[in-house]
Amino acid sequence: MPARHYKITIVANRCKECELCINICPKKILAKGDEYNAKGFRFTRVTRPEDCIGCRLCEHICPDFAIFVEPSEKPEEVIAR
Amino acid sequence: MAVAKRPIIHPVDKYLRTERLPHVWCPGCGIGITLHAFMRAVKELEDEGRIDSSKILFVSGIGCTGRAAGYVNFDGAHTPHGRAIPYAMGAKLARPDLIPVVFSGDGDLVGIGGNHFIHAARRNMDVLVILVNNMIYALTGGQVAPTTPKGTYTTTTPFGNPDRPINAVKIAAAAGANYIARWAVTHPELLKNSIKKALPMEGFRLIEVVSICPEIFGRHIGFRAPIELYRRLQKVVKIRGKISPFEATYDWEKEIILGEFQVRNEPGYTRVLMEAFKHG
Amino acid sequence: MSREADIGFLNSNHAAAEGALTAGVNFYAGYPITPASDLFEYLARKMPKQGGVIIQTEDEIAAINAIIGASWAGAKAMTATSGPGFSLMAESIGFAAMVEAPIVIIDDMRTGPSTGVATATGQGDVMQARWLSHGHYGIVALAPFSAQEAYDLTIKAFNIAERLRVPVVLLMDYVLVHTREKVRLKKPPEVEVWSRKKPRVPPEEYLPFKPDEDLVPPMATYGEGYRVFVESLVHDYRGYYVTRDDVYEELVKRLSDKITVNKHIVLDHVEYYTDDAEILFVAFGSTARSVLSIVRHARARGLKYGLFRPISIWPMDTDALLKAAENARKIIVVEMNYGQLFLEVDRVIKDKPVYLAPILTLDLPTPENILEVCRKWL
Repeated sequence: MPARHYKITIVANRCKECELCINICPKKILAKGDEYNAKGFRFTRVTRPEDCIGCRLCEHICPDFAIFVEPSEKPEEVIAR
Repeated sequence: MAVAKRPIIHPVDKYLRTERLPHVWCPGCGIGITLHAFMRAVKELEDEGRIDSSKILFVSGIGCTGRAAGYVNFDGAHTPHGRAIPYAMGAKLARPDLIPVVFSGDGDLVGIGGNHFIHAARRNMDVLVILVNNMIYALTGGQVAPTTPKGTYTTTTPFGNPDRPINAVKIAAAAGANYIARWAVTHPELLKNSIKKALPMEGFRLIEVVSICPEIFGRHIGFRAPIELYRRLQKVVKIRGKISPFEATYDWEKEIILGEFQVRNEPGYTRVLMEAFKHG
Repeated sequence: MSREADIGFLNSNHAAAEGALTAGVNFYAGYPITPASDLFEYLARKMPKQGGVIIQTEDEIAAINAIIGASWAGAKAMTATSGPGFSLMAESIGFAAMVEAPIVIIDDMRTGPSTGVATATGQGDVMQARWLSHGHYGIVALAPFSAQEAYDLTIKAFNIAERLRVPVVLLMDYVLVHTREKVRLKKPPEVEVWSRKKPRVPPEEYLPFKPDEDLVPPMATYGEGYRVFVESLVHDYRGYYVTRDDVYEELVKRLSDKITVNKHIVLDHVEYYTDDAEILFVAFGSTARSVLSIVRHARARGLKYGLFRPISIWPMDTDALLKAAENARKIIVVEMNYGQLFLEVDRVIKDKPVYLAPILTLDLPTPENILEVCRKWL
């Protein structure tokens, strides 16, 4: 039984705002955030975690090991530093 | 200096020297995508009990891609320009239980280090070469590379690149490599699968990865954002099954053929050498 | 092994090869070049039978990098070459120094510059041995003058490389390496064979470039769980690239100082009739044999000539040289180049004249050849 929901973790201080994840997400649930990380980049945020289908394209395209997706009990965005 | 604790957050973090992140590469750089695919392949192989990552020897040369060795939590080296292959060869022959991986750029591997590349392939040396082809000398600021498309304006070819680009796949095939594939950062999953297949093999294995360099190459040819160069690359790459490596066209204007072009299982150099010495 | 089996009639290439085997060489990579090829060929027959690996690479650049990789994989590794090949190794001599890989490089000097005369002798690589690579680093160079010394000093070269984690060069020359002589192949325990220090802490506590008191860091081996990163960039104790003045200064000083503070295991020379020498010759390698003949003949005629023969060329035992020169009126440096060792001797001796006797012949100079050049000072 595939998971129904997903937890998307953003490793904020690794993100370089390249926006590849934002552009590649087939459900368009990622967006540039307003908050700056330690290096001055506005890290990606999840706008609608409930729409994530767990394809992990964002995770695999990220050059910076800054986003990953896991099955979860409930839709969730986690900001790690 | 105390040994720092390594933060582990991301699924591949156990293979990274995470205290060194964020890495040096520019936003949207394909080297990170390639390295990420490599980590995932190693993780899957190790989780399946097919590899012991403490035996991996991860060697890079000089250039943007050359910095990779410093971020991975394996035995490794950051060698002089072009010398990753002979360094890895020496280590492997001295200690055959090592699993050498050379992860380096096009300039490093088929420019300044081209002779080593040819002869390692000719010997069927036991090494997985991951050639990250960003089509430019990026770390030094955008000079022409052996892989740069003909006609491209670079800082050292202000009137257009007069040279024809090198096709590393054909060279490896002519020299006699065991495994030859070309992928692109537009297909990280296929790349990961290819690495996963090639890493446990013996002999010389080449995986060329057509990468994106949004800052130094992309901007130079008129693409302002990483995604624009990515989409341009997506347009030109075509996956072909079961074709000869000699048909694997590399042409930025027409088509860049991706796929697995050669899979052989000829004995690797280490085994051949040890066998010969046994009868000495 | 019988007593006879311990005696060989070998040229200095073969003697050096035997010395390497006694020292435990188990990895060799090389490229053919005159006059070093027969050393390679000799080892190519012997090493595989003793569990070693020996390969011919596509060029000398591959050879030097392969032995550095092998060294980090735990091997006692070496190569042999001559001037043109040595020149090609330039960049990675500095790499070996920077990553503190114990390696031995034999340079059979021939005539230069460039291709020169492949089949003629010379001593033009003295400064090359010291300053081949860019940047500042320490290196050791030893110069035998007989096949026996070629054997003994190759063992010493490995011992120094292992103990100090530096590249060590054995400087030989065309005449020497193709002259056969009696060699006693001393084995342990008669000779000491040293190995590098290994880490004394578990991997998670290991800092690969943190030195002990002797300025030499213990060396992990690839494949043993230490996950050691060998960095050619300026690096801290972890091996991580940093651009900090203090780290850079400490590293670069240490790469030289570790030789200086451990010089007692490096410095070596031989003196002949120096106690009361008024004319002191300085010469090394096969040239020193002709000079020694001059000195002995002079002594037979009551002339107070002496010879100081450095064995460690880099670093040279300058204290011993100063002492040997105490009673001398003149110092004459005889070498088969246009003044290289001379620069070092002239730098050290400040209170009396130092003359250069450059011998630019293609064959071993006879004592008469040398006397002809030196007569104006005698």
